[in-house]
Amino acid sequence: MTPLLSVQGVTKHYGARLGCGDVNFDLWPGEVMGIVGESGSGKSTLLSCLSGQLAPDAGKVVFDTRADGPRDVLTMSEPERRMLARTDWAFVHQNARDGLRMGVSAGGNVGERLMAVGARNYADIRAQAIDWLGRVEISEDRVDDRPRAFSGGMQQRLQIARNLVTGPRLVFMDEPTGGLDVSVQARLLDLLRGLVREMGLSAVIVTHDLAVVRLLADRLMVMKGGRVVETGLTDQVLDDPQHGYTQLLVSSVLQV
Amino acid sequence: MTDQAYNFAYLDEQTKRMIRRALLKALAVPGYQVPFASREMPMPYGWGTGGVQVTAACLTPEDRLKVIDQGADDTTNAVSIRKFFERTAEVETTEHTAEATVIQTRHRIPEQPLGEGQILVYQVPIPEPLRFLEPRETETRKMHALEEYGLMHVKLYEDIAHNGAISTAYAYPVKVEGRYVMDPSPIPKFDNPKLESAAIQLFGAGREQRIYALPPHTKVVSLDFEDHPFEPSKADHDCDLCGCGTSYLDEVITDDAGGRMFVCSDTDFCASRQAQGHRGALSPQEEHA
Repeated sequence: MTPLLSVQGVTKHYGARLGCGDVNFDLWPGEVMGIVGESGSGKSTLLSCLSGQLAPDAGKVVFDTRADGPRDVLTMSEPERRMLARTDWAFVHQNARDGLRMGVSAGGNVGERLMAVGARNYADIRAQAIDWLGRVEISEDRVDDRPRAFSGGMQQRLQIARNLVTGPRLVFMDEPTGGLDVSVQARLLDLLRGLVREMGLSAVIVTHDLAVVRLLADRLMVMKGGRVVETGLTDQVLDDPQHGYTQLLVSSVLQV
Repeated sequence: MTDQAYNFAYLDEQTKRMIRRALLKALAVPGYQVPFASREMPMPYGWGTGGVQVTAACLTPEDRLKVIDQGADDTTNAVSIRKFFERTAEVETTEHTAEATVIQTRHRIPEQPLGEGQILVYQVPIPEPLRFLEPRETETRKMHALEEYGLMHVKLYEDIAHNGAISTAYAYPVKVEGRYVMDPSPIPKFDNPKLESAAIQLFGAGREQRIYALPPHTKVVSLDFEDHPFEPSKADHDCDLCGCGTSYLDEVITDDAGGRMFVCSDTDFCASRQAQGHRGALSPQEEHA
Protein backbone atom coordinates (compact mmCIF):
# COMPACT_ATOMS: atom_id res chain seq x y z
CA MET A 1 0.00 0.00 0.00
CA THR A 2 1.27 3.49 -0.80
CA PRO A 3 0.83 6.26 1.72
CA LEU A 4 -1.73 8.89 0.72
CA LEU A 5 0.61 11.67 1.73
CA SER A 6 4.31 11.29 2.23
CA VAL A 7 6.18 14.22 3.76
CA GLN A 8 9.95 14.13 3.41
CA GLY A 9 12.27 16.62 5.03
CA VAL A 10 10.01 19.67 4.75
CA THR A 11 11.85 22.77 5.94
CA LYS A 12 10.77 26.38 5.90
CA HIS A 13 12.78 29.36 7.10
CA TYR A 14 11.46 32.86 7.61
CA GLY A 15 14.68 34.74 6.99
CA ALA A 16 17.06 33.56 9.68
CA ARG A 17 14.29 32.12 11.85
CA LEU A 18 13.11 28.56 11.49
CA GLY A 19 9.45 28.03 10.60
CA CYS A 20 9.55 24.27 10.64
CA GLY A 21 12.54 22.02 10.19
CA ASP A 22 13.04 18.61 8.61
CA VAL A 23 9.57 17.19 9.11
CA ASN A 24 9.00 13.61 7.93
CA PHE A 25 5.90 11.48 8.13
CA ASP A 26 3.62 9.23 6.10
CA LEU A 27 -0.14 9.51 6.22
CA TRP A 28 -1.99 6.35 5.27
CA PRO A 29 -5.47 6.20 3.72
CA GLY A 30 -8.13 6.54 6.40
CA GLU A 31 -5.68 7.77 9.00
CA VAL A 32 -5.98 10.94 11.05
CA MET A 33 -2.77 12.65 12.05
CA GLY A 34 -2.74 15.22 14.83
CA ILE A 35 -0.09 17.91 15.09
CA VAL A 36 0.08 19.61 18.48
CA GLY A 37 2.34 22.22 19.97
CA GLU A 38 2.26 25.69 21.45
CA SER A 39 1.80 28.92 19.52
CA GLY A 40 4.80 29.60 17.32
CA SER A 41 5.91 25.98 17.22
CA GLY A 42 5.55 25.80 13.44
CA LYS A 43 2.28 23.83 13.21
CA SER A 44 0.51 26.24 10.91
CA THR A 45 3.63 26.79 8.81
CA LEU A 46 3.86 23.05 8.31
CA LEU A 47 0.18 22.80 7.39
CA SER A 48 0.53 25.63 4.85
CA CYS A 49 3.53 23.88 3.31
CA LEU A 50 1.65 20.60 3.07
CA SER A 51 -1.43 22.14 1.49
CA GLY A 52 0.56 24.02 -1.12
CA GLN A 53 -0.20 27.50 0.20
CA LEU A 54 3.41 28.11 1.13
CA ALA A 55 6.51 26.94 -0.71
CA PRO A 56 8.96 25.23 1.66
CA ASP A 57 12.71 25.78 1.27
CA ALA A 58 13.43 22.07 1.07
CA GLY A 59 11.67 18.75 1.11
CA LYS A 60 9.00 16.85 -0.73
CA VAL A 61 5.25 16.47 -0.25
CA VAL A 62 4.18 13.43 -2.25
CA PHE A 63 0.45 12.94 -2.69
CA ASP A 64 -1.07 9.78 -4.14
CA THR A 65 -3.20 11.32 -6.91
CA ARG A 66 -6.17 9.45 -8.35
CA ALA A 67 -4.98 9.74 -11.93
CA ASP A 68 -1.19 9.56 -11.91
CA GLY A 69 -0.25 7.87 -8.62
CA PRO A 70 2.25 9.46 -6.21
CA ARG A 71 3.38 12.95 -7.27
CA ASP A 72 5.28 15.73 -5.57
CA VAL A 73 2.78 18.49 -4.90
CA LEU A 74 5.47 21.14 -4.75
CA THR A 75 6.66 20.56 -8.30
CA MET A 76 3.14 20.43 -9.75
CA SER A 77 2.00 23.33 -11.91
CA GLU A 78 -0.32 25.80 -10.26
CA PRO A 79 -3.45 24.79 -12.22
CA GLU A 80 -2.90 21.17 -11.20
CA ARG A 81 -2.42 22.12 -7.58
CA ARG A 82 -5.52 24.30 -7.55
CA MET A 83 -7.51 21.52 -9.20
CA LEU A 84 -6.32 19.15 -6.48
CA ALA A 85 -7.24 21.71 -3.83
CA ARG A 86 -10.83 21.78 -4.96
CA THR A 87 -11.35 18.09 -5.65
CA ASP A 88 -9.24 15.68 -3.61
CA TRP A 89 -8.28 18.09 -0.86
CA ALA A 90 -10.20 20.15 1.61
CA PHE A 91 -9.02 22.86 3.95
CA VAL A 92 -10.95 23.75 7.10
CA HIS A 93 -9.85 27.10 8.44
CA GLN A 94 -9.84 28.03 12.10
CA ASN A 95 -11.95 31.05 11.36
CA ALA A 96 -15.01 30.04 9.35
CA ARG A 97 -15.05 33.50 7.78
CA ASP A 98 -11.78 32.68 5.99
CA GLY A 99 -13.24 29.58 4.41
CA LEU A 100 -16.75 30.78 3.57
CA ARG A 101 -18.15 33.35 1.20
CA MET A 102 -20.04 35.51 3.65
CA GLY A 103 -22.16 37.22 1.00
CA VAL A 104 -23.40 33.98 -0.55
CA SER A 105 -26.18 31.77 0.85
CA ALA A 106 -25.40 28.51 2.66
CA GLY A 107 -26.57 26.51 -0.35
CA GLY A 108 -24.37 28.55 -2.67
CA ASN A 109 -21.40 28.05 -0.38
CA VAL A 110 -21.83 24.29 -0.44
CA GLY A 111 -22.57 24.29 -4.17
CA GLU A 112 -19.53 26.35 -5.16
CA ARG A 113 -17.15 23.40 -5.23
CA LEU A 114 -19.65 21.38 -7.25
CA MET A 115 -20.02 24.16 -9.79
CA ALA A 116 -16.24 24.61 -9.84
CA VAL A 117 -15.85 21.04 -11.05
CA GLY A 118 -18.55 21.39 -13.68
CA ALA A 119 -21.99 20.75 -12.11
CA ARG A 120 -24.52 22.70 -14.18
CA ASN A 121 -27.86 21.37 -13.00
CA TYR A 122 -29.48 23.65 -10.45
CA ALA A 123 -31.81 21.04 -8.98
CA ASP A 124 -28.97 18.54 -8.46
CA ILE A 125 -26.68 21.12 -6.91
CA ARG A 126 -29.40 22.25 -4.56
CA ALA A 127 -30.35 18.69 -3.57
CA GLN A 128 -26.73 17.91 -2.75
CA ALA A 129 -26.35 21.12 -0.79
CA ILE A 130 -29.44 20.32 1.28
CA ASP A 131 -28.22 16.78 1.81
CA TRP A 132 -24.89 18.05 3.10
CA LEU A 133 -26.44 20.68 5.32
CA GLY A 134 -28.45 17.84 6.86
CA ARG A 135 -25.31 15.82 7.45
CA VAL A 136 -23.75 18.68 9.39
CA GLU A 137 -27.00 19.23 11.31
CA ILE A 138 -28.11 22.46 9.68
CA SER A 139 -31.83 22.38 8.95
CA GLU A 140 -33.08 22.61 5.39
CA ASP A 141 -34.92 25.90 5.90
CA ARG A 142 -31.59 27.69 6.46
CA VAL A 143 -30.31 26.81 3.00
CA ASP A 144 -30.96 30.28 1.57
CA ASP A 145 -29.65 32.19 4.60
CA ARG A 146 -26.28 33.86 4.46
CA PRO A 147 -23.54 32.62 6.80
CA ARG A 148 -23.68 36.00 8.56
CA ALA A 149 -26.98 34.92 10.07
CA PHE A 150 -25.39 31.74 11.48
CA SER A 151 -23.82 31.20 14.89
CA GLY A 152 -20.08 30.47 15.13
CA GLY A 153 -20.65 26.74 15.49
CA MET A 154 -23.01 26.65 12.53
CA GLN A 155 -20.55 28.59 10.40
CA GLN A 156 -17.88 26.06 11.22
CA ARG A 157 -20.19 23.16 10.35
CA LEU A 158 -21.15 24.90 7.11
CA GLN A 159 -17.48 25.27 6.26
CA ILE A 160 -17.02 21.55 6.79
CA ALA A 161 -19.99 20.73 4.55
CA ARG A 162 -18.66 23.06 1.87
CA ASN A 163 -15.33 21.28 1.96
CA LEU A 164 -16.55 17.72 2.02
CA VAL A 165 -19.22 17.97 -0.69
CA THR A 166 -16.91 16.90 -3.51
CA GLY A 167 -15.79 13.81 -1.56
CA PRO A 168 -12.15 14.75 -0.93
CA ARG A 169 -9.69 12.13 0.27
CA LEU A 170 -7.51 14.38 2.38
CA VAL A 171 -8.66 17.09 4.76
CA PHE A 172 -6.39 19.70 6.32
CA MET A 173 -7.80 21.23 9.47
CA ASP A 174 -6.32 24.23 11.21
CA GLU A 175 -7.72 24.47 14.74
CA PRO A 176 -11.21 23.42 13.64
CA THR A 177 -12.64 23.97 17.12
CA GLY A 178 -10.82 27.19 17.95
CA GLY A 179 -13.03 29.98 19.21
CA LEU A 180 -16.02 27.75 19.93
CA ASP A 181 -17.43 27.16 23.40
CA VAL A 182 -17.03 23.70 24.91
CA SER A 183 -20.50 22.30 24.29
CA VAL A 184 -20.44 23.41 20.65
CA GLN A 185 -16.92 22.02 20.39
CA ALA A 186 -18.10 18.67 21.65
CA ARG A 187 -20.88 18.48 19.06
CA LEU A 188 -18.53 19.53 16.29
CA LEU A 189 -15.98 16.92 17.31
CA ASP A 190 -18.67 14.28 17.43
CA LEU A 191 -19.77 15.26 13.95
CA LEU A 192 -16.23 15.34 12.59
CA ARG A 193 -15.45 11.94 14.07
CA GLY A 194 -18.57 10.49 12.47
CA LEU A 195 -17.79 12.00 9.06
CA VAL A 196 -14.15 10.97 9.09
CA ARG A 197 -15.03 7.36 9.93
CA GLU A 198 -18.02 7.18 7.59
CA MET A 199 -16.22 8.62 4.55
CA GLY A 200 -12.87 6.96 5.34
CA LEU A 201 -11.16 10.36 5.16
CA SER A 202 -7.55 10.96 5.87
CA ALA A 203 -6.90 14.12 7.78
CA VAL A 204 -4.13 16.28 9.14
CA ILE A 205 -5.36 18.22 12.15
CA VAL A 206 -3.38 21.05 13.65
CA THR A 207 -4.46 22.07 17.12
CA HIS A 208 -3.24 23.11 20.53
CA ASP A 209 -6.21 21.37 22.14
CA LEU A 210 -5.20 17.91 23.36
CA ALA A 211 -8.83 16.86 23.79
CA VAL A 212 -9.38 17.31 20.06
CA VAL A 213 -6.55 15.01 19.08
CA ARG A 214 -7.49 12.50 21.77
CA LEU A 215 -10.91 12.16 20.15
CA LEU A 216 -10.00 12.40 16.47
CA ALA A 217 -6.40 11.51 15.80
CA ASP A 218 -4.90 8.05 15.38
CA ARG A 219 -1.36 9.32 15.50
CA LEU A 220 0.21 12.35 17.03
CA MET A 221 3.16 14.56 16.29
CA VAL A 222 4.37 17.03 18.92
CA MET A 223 6.20 20.13 17.68
CA LYS A 224 8.30 22.67 19.50
CA GLY A 225 10.39 25.47 18.07
CA GLY A 226 9.83 24.24 14.51
CA ARG A 227 11.04 20.71 15.22
CA VAL A 228 9.12 17.50 15.76
CA VAL A 229 10.02 16.35 19.28
CA GLU A 230 7.85 13.27 19.61
CA THR A 231 5.65 11.08 17.46
CA GLY A 232 3.56 8.00 18.16
CA LEU A 233 0.07 6.65 18.60
CA THR A 234 -2.17 9.24 20.21
CA ASP A 235 -2.94 7.32 23.38
CA GLN A 236 0.68 6.31 23.76
CA VAL A 237 1.97 9.85 23.47
CA LEU A 238 -0.67 11.33 25.72
CA ASP A 239 -0.60 8.62 28.41
CA ASP A 240 3.13 8.02 28.45
CA PRO A 241 4.87 11.14 27.20
CA GLN A 242 8.62 10.72 26.82
CA HIS A 243 9.91 14.14 25.81
CA GLY A 244 10.09 16.83 28.46
CA TYR A 245 8.01 19.24 26.43
CA THR A 246 5.27 16.67 25.83
CA GLN A 247 5.18 15.93 29.54
CA LEU A 248 4.77 19.64 30.22
CA LEU A 249 2.04 19.91 27.58
CA VAL A 250 0.07 16.97 28.93
CA SER A 251 0.38 18.09 32.52
CA SER A 252 -0.71 21.63 31.77
CA VAL A 253 -4.21 20.56 30.70
CA LEU A 254 -6.66 21.78 33.31
CA GLN A 255 -8.67 19.08 35.02
CA VAL A 256 -12.22 19.99 35.96
CA MET B 1 -7.88 77.96 -28.85
CA THR B 2 -9.42 76.80 -32.08
CA ASP B 3 -10.68 73.28 -32.67
CA GLN B 4 -7.89 72.81 -35.20
CA ALA B 5 -5.39 73.06 -32.35
CA TYR B 6 -6.39 69.53 -31.42
CA ASN B 7 -5.01 66.52 -33.20
CA PHE B 8 -7.50 64.56 -35.32
CA ALA B 9 -10.04 62.92 -32.93
CA TYR B 10 -8.58 64.71 -29.90
CA LEU B 11 -5.97 62.10 -28.86
CA ASP B 12 -2.37 62.46 -29.99
CA GLU B 13 -0.99 59.91 -32.44
CA GLN B 14 1.17 58.08 -29.89
CA THR B 15 -1.82 57.49 -27.64
CA LYS B 16 -3.94 56.25 -30.52
CA ARG B 17 -1.12 53.93 -31.50
CA MET B 18 -0.97 52.54 -27.97
CA ILE B 19 -4.75 51.99 -27.94
CA ARG B 20 -4.68 50.33 -31.37
CA ARG B 21 -2.03 47.90 -30.16
CA ALA B 22 -4.26 47.03 -27.20
CA LEU B 23 -7.22 46.62 -29.60
CA LEU B 24 -5.28 44.25 -31.84
CA LYS B 25 -4.27 42.17 -28.87
CA ALA B 26 -7.85 42.15 -27.62
CA LEU B 27 -9.11 40.98 -31.01
CA ALA B 28 -6.47 38.28 -31.11
CA VAL B 29 -7.57 36.91 -27.72
CA PRO B 30 -11.38 37.32 -27.73
CA GLY B 31 -12.81 38.14 -24.31
CA TYR B 32 -9.44 38.75 -22.67
CA GLN B 33 -9.12 42.04 -20.82
CA VAL B 34 -6.09 43.90 -22.14
CA PRO B 35 -4.69 46.61 -19.88
CA PHE B 36 -4.03 49.96 -21.56
CA ALA B 37 -2.81 53.36 -20.40
CA SER B 38 -6.16 55.11 -20.27
CA ARG B 39 -5.90 58.88 -20.69
CA GLU B 40 -7.79 61.57 -18.92
CA MET B 41 -10.54 62.75 -21.23
CA PRO B 42 -12.46 66.04 -21.16
CA MET B 43 -15.45 64.36 -19.51
CA PRO B 44 -15.99 62.60 -16.19
CA TYR B 45 -15.32 58.92 -15.63
CA GLY B 46 -18.54 57.02 -16.07
CA TRP B 47 -19.56 59.10 -19.09
CA GLY B 48 -17.85 56.85 -21.56
CA THR B 49 -14.17 57.79 -21.39
CA GLY B 50 -13.18 54.24 -22.35
CA GLY B 51 -15.51 54.13 -25.34
CA VAL B 52 -14.45 57.59 -26.48
CA GLN B 53 -10.79 56.62 -26.47
CA VAL B 54 -11.49 53.45 -28.45
CA THR B 55 -13.63 55.40 -30.93
CA ALA B 56 -10.92 58.05 -31.27
CA ALA B 57 -8.36 55.35 -32.02
CA CYS B 58 -10.62 53.74 -34.66
CA LEU B 59 -11.91 56.83 -36.46
CA THR B 60 -10.67 57.84 -39.89
CA PRO B 61 -11.75 61.04 -41.67
CA GLU B 62 -13.95 58.94 -44.00
CA ASP B 63 -15.92 57.33 -41.17
CA ARG B 64 -19.55 58.05 -40.40
CA LEU B 65 -20.21 58.03 -36.66
CA LYS B 66 -23.35 57.18 -34.73
CA VAL B 67 -23.55 57.52 -30.95
CA ILE B 68 -26.31 55.94 -28.89
CA ASP B 69 -27.07 56.04 -25.22
CA GLN B 70 -29.56 53.44 -23.90
CA GLY B 71 -30.68 53.02 -27.51
CA ALA B 72 -31.42 56.70 -28.04
CA ASP B 73 -29.59 59.13 -30.31
CA ASP B 74 -30.88 62.23 -28.58
CA THR B 75 -29.93 61.84 -24.92
CA THR B 76 -27.27 63.93 -23.18
CA ASN B 77 -24.49 61.38 -23.34
CA ALA B 78 -25.05 60.59 -27.01
CA VAL B 79 -25.42 64.23 -28.04
CA SER B 80 -22.31 65.42 -26.22
CA ILE B 81 -20.07 62.60 -27.47
CA ARG B 82 -21.35 63.07 -31.03
CA LYS B 83 -20.64 66.80 -30.78
CA PHE B 84 -17.20 66.07 -29.36
CA PHE B 85 -16.20 64.10 -32.42
CA GLU B 86 -17.90 66.51 -34.81
CA ARG B 87 -15.64 69.20 -33.42
CA THR B 88 -12.38 67.37 -32.90
CA ALA B 89 -12.47 64.93 -35.86
CA GLU B 90 -14.91 66.69 -38.19
CA VAL B 91 -16.32 63.34 -39.23
CA GLU B 92 -19.79 62.90 -40.63
CA THR B 93 -22.39 61.76 -38.13
CA THR B 94 -25.62 59.94 -38.62
CA GLU B 95 -28.52 58.53 -36.65
CA HIS B 96 -29.13 55.65 -39.03
CA THR B 97 -27.62 52.38 -37.93
CA ALA B 98 -27.15 51.06 -41.44
CA GLU B 99 -25.24 54.14 -42.63
CA ALA B 100 -22.78 54.28 -39.76
CA THR B 101 -19.31 52.76 -39.97
CA VAL B 102 -18.45 53.34 -36.31
CA ILE B 103 -21.14 53.18 -33.63
CA GLN B 104 -20.37 54.07 -30.05
CA THR B 105 -22.98 52.70 -27.69
CA ARG B 106 -23.89 52.75 -24.07
CA HIS B 107 -26.01 49.87 -22.74
CA ARG B 108 -27.65 48.72 -25.98
CA ILE B 109 -27.00 46.92 -29.25
CA PRO B 110 -28.99 48.37 -32.18
CA GLU B 111 -32.04 46.33 -33.22
CA GLN B 112 -30.99 46.29 -36.84
CA PRO B 113 -28.37 43.55 -37.38
CA LEU B 114 -24.91 44.97 -37.97
CA GLY B 115 -22.88 44.00 -40.98
CA GLU B 116 -19.28 43.46 -41.89
CA GLY B 117 -17.31 46.66 -42.06
CA GLN B 118 -19.09 48.17 -39.06
CA ILE B 119 -17.45 48.70 -35.68
CA LEU B 120 -19.50 48.75 -32.48
CA VAL B 121 -17.75 50.41 -29.53
CA TYR B 122 -19.14 49.81 -26.03
CA GLN B 123 -18.68 51.99 -22.99
CA VAL B 124 -17.87 49.71 -20.08
CA PRO B 125 -18.09 50.74 -16.43
CA ILE B 126 -16.80 47.47 -14.88
CA PRO B 127 -14.97 45.06 -17.19
CA GLU B 128 -14.43 42.34 -14.58
CA PRO B 129 -17.39 39.90 -14.50
CA LEU B 130 -16.11 38.40 -11.23
CA ARG B 131 -15.72 41.75 -9.48
CA PHE B 132 -18.53 41.50 -6.95
CA LEU B 133 -17.89 37.82 -6.29
CA GLU B 134 -14.15 37.95 -5.69
CA PRO B 135 -12.84 41.31 -4.48
CA ARG B 136 -9.13 40.63 -5.15
CA GLU B 137 -8.04 41.58 -8.65
CA THR B 138 -4.93 39.40 -8.36
CA GLU B 139 -7.21 36.45 -7.68
CA THR B 140 -9.68 37.20 -10.51
CA ARG B 141 -6.82 37.46 -12.98
CA LYS B 142 -5.61 34.07 -11.82
CA MET B 143 -9.12 32.67 -12.16
CA HIS B 144 -9.32 33.91 -15.76
CA ALA B 145 -5.89 32.49 -16.50
CA LEU B 146 -6.79 29.07 -15.10
CA GLU B 147 -10.37 29.08 -16.39
CA GLU B 148 -11.81 28.72 -12.89
CA TYR B 149 -15.29 30.01 -13.52
CA GLY B 150 -17.32 28.02 -10.98
CA LEU B 151 -17.88 31.22 -9.05
CA MET B 152 -19.78 32.80 -11.92
CA HIS B 153 -22.41 30.09 -11.58
CA VAL B 154 -22.60 30.71 -7.84
CA LYS B 155 -24.01 34.12 -8.70
CA LEU B 156 -26.63 32.57 -10.97
CA TYR B 157 -27.36 29.95 -8.29
CA GLU B 158 -27.98 32.74 -5.79
CA ASP B 159 -30.36 34.41 -8.23
CA ILE B 160 -32.45 31.27 -8.56
CA ALA B 161 -32.30 30.47 -4.82
CA HIS B 162 -33.58 33.91 -3.87
CA ASN B 163 -35.83 34.82 -6.79
CA GLY B 164 -36.85 31.54 -8.36
CA ALA B 165 -35.25 32.43 -11.69
CA ILE B 166 -32.03 33.92 -13.00
CA SER B 167 -32.80 37.54 -12.18
CA THR B 168 -29.63 39.02 -13.64
CA ALA B 169 -31.19 41.20 -16.32
CA TYR B 170 -28.24 43.20 -17.61
CA ALA B 171 -24.47 42.71 -17.78
CA TYR B 172 -25.30 39.03 -18.11
CA PRO B 173 -22.04 37.02 -18.16
CA VAL B 174 -21.08 35.24 -21.37
CA LYS B 175 -18.41 32.74 -22.33
CA VAL B 176 -16.43 33.68 -25.42
CA GLU B 177 -15.22 30.92 -27.77
CA GLY B 178 -15.38 28.42 -24.90
CA ARG B 179 -12.60 30.20 -23.07
CA TYR B 180 -12.93 33.59 -21.36
CA VAL B 181 -15.94 34.66 -19.32
CA MET B 182 -16.75 38.24 -20.25
CA ASP B 183 -18.97 41.02 -18.98
CA PRO B 184 -20.79 42.33 -22.07
CA SER B 185 -21.15 45.76 -20.37
CA PRO B 186 -24.59 46.64 -18.96
CA ILE B 187 -26.60 45.73 -22.05
CA PRO B 188 -29.96 44.07 -21.28
CA LYS B 189 -29.76 40.29 -21.54
CA PHE B 190 -32.23 40.64 -24.40
CA ASP B 191 -29.26 41.85 -26.44
CA ASN B 192 -26.96 38.95 -25.53
CA PRO B 193 -27.84 36.84 -28.61
CA LYS B 194 -26.86 39.82 -30.79
CA LEU B 195 -23.29 39.61 -29.49
CA GLU B 196 -22.71 36.98 -32.17
CA SER B 197 -22.45 39.48 -34.98
CA ALA B 198 -20.75 40.21 -38.26
CA ALA B 199 -19.42 43.51 -36.93
CA ILE B 200 -16.28 44.08 -34.89
CA GLN B 201 -17.20 44.74 -31.26
CA LEU B 202 -14.79 46.66 -29.06
CA PHE B 203 -15.20 47.29 -25.34
CA GLY B 204 -13.41 50.16 -23.59
CA ALA B 205 -13.32 50.75 -19.85
CA GLY B 206 -11.61 54.08 -19.16
CA ARG B 207 -11.49 54.21 -15.39
CA GLU B 208 -10.56 50.53 -15.12
CA GLN B 209 -8.05 50.85 -17.97
CA ARG B 210 -9.12 47.70 -19.80
CA ILE B 211 -9.96 46.95 -23.42
CA TYR B 212 -11.51 43.74 -24.70
CA ALA B 213 -13.09 42.72 -27.96
CA LEU B 214 -15.17 40.29 -29.97
CA PRO B 215 -14.03 39.68 -33.55
CA PRO B 216 -16.80 39.11 -36.15
CA HIS B 217 -18.71 35.81 -35.89
CA THR B 218 -17.20 34.91 -32.53
CA LYS B 219 -19.11 32.29 -30.57
CA VAL B 220 -20.68 33.88 -27.49
CA VAL B 221 -22.64 31.73 -25.04
CA SER B 222 -24.65 33.14 -22.15
CA LEU B 223 -24.03 31.17 -18.96
CA ASP B 224 -26.94 29.21 -17.49
CA PHE B 225 -28.02 25.98 -15.81
CA GLU B 226 -29.35 22.91 -17.63
CA ASP B 227 -32.68 23.22 -15.82
CA HIS B 228 -32.75 27.03 -15.87
CA PRO B 229 -31.70 27.93 -19.41
CA PHE B 230 -30.83 31.45 -20.50
CA GLU B 231 -33.80 33.50 -21.64
CA PRO B 232 -33.46 36.88 -23.34
CA SER B 233 -36.34 38.80 -21.79
CA LYS B 234 -38.19 42.00 -22.61
CA ALA B 235 -41.35 43.77 -21.52
CA ASP B 236 -44.36 41.75 -22.64
CA HIS B 237 -45.82 44.45 -24.92
CA ASP B 238 -45.69 45.88 -28.41
CA CYS B 239 -44.17 49.29 -29.03
CA ASP B 240 -46.89 51.91 -28.58
CA LEU B 241 -45.46 54.09 -31.34
CA CYS B 242 -44.44 51.67 -34.09
CA GLY B 243 -46.22 48.48 -33.05
CA CYS B 244 -43.09 46.34 -33.14
CA GLY B 245 -43.47 43.19 -31.04
CA THR B 246 -39.87 42.01 -31.12
CA SER B 247 -37.79 45.03 -30.11
CA TYR B 248 -36.50 45.95 -26.66
CA LEU B 249 -38.87 48.37 -24.95
CA ASP B 250 -38.54 51.28 -22.52
CA GLU B 251 -41.37 51.94 -20.10
CA VAL B 252 -42.34 55.60 -20.05
CA ILE B 253 -44.48 56.98 -17.23
CA THR B 254 -46.93 59.43 -18.78
CA ASP B 255 -48.84 60.84 -15.79
CA ASP B 256 -49.16 60.42 -12.02
CA ALA B 257 -52.24 58.21 -12.28
CA GLY B 258 -50.58 55.00 -13.41
CA GLY B 259 -50.50 55.92 -17.09
CA ARG B 260 -47.60 54.44 -19.00
CA MET B 261 -46.51 53.55 -22.47
CA PHE B 262 -43.93 51.20 -23.91
CA VAL B 263 -41.70 52.45 -26.69
CA CYS B 264 -38.73 51.00 -28.54
CA SER B 265 -35.52 51.88 -26.74
CA ASP B 266 -33.78 52.05 -30.15
CA THR B 267 -35.03 55.43 -31.39
CA ASP B 268 -33.62 55.07 -34.91
CA PHE B 269 -35.29 51.67 -35.32
CA CYS B 270 -38.63 53.05 -34.09
CA ALA B 271 -38.46 56.19 -36.23
CA SER B 272 -37.63 54.29 -39.40
CA ARG B 273 -40.50 51.88 -38.78
CA GLN B 274 -42.88 54.80 -38.29
CA ALA B 275 -41.58 56.35 -41.49
CA GLN B 276 -42.53 53.10 -43.23
CA GLY B 277 -46.06 53.55 -41.96
CA HIS B 278 -46.11 51.20 -38.96
CA ARG B 279 -48.32 52.46 -36.15
CA GLY B 280 -48.68 51.52 -32.49
CA ALA B 281 -51.57 51.70 -30.02
CA LEU B 282 -50.76 55.22 -28.83
CA SER B 283 -49.57 56.77 -32.11
CA PRO B 284 -50.95 60.21 -32.78
CA GLN B 285 -54.08 59.99 -34.95
CA GLU B 286 -53.52 60.78 -38.60
CA GLU B 287 -55.03 64.11 -39.44
CA HIS B 288 -57.88 64.01 -41.88
CA ALA B 289 -58.12 66.76 -44.35
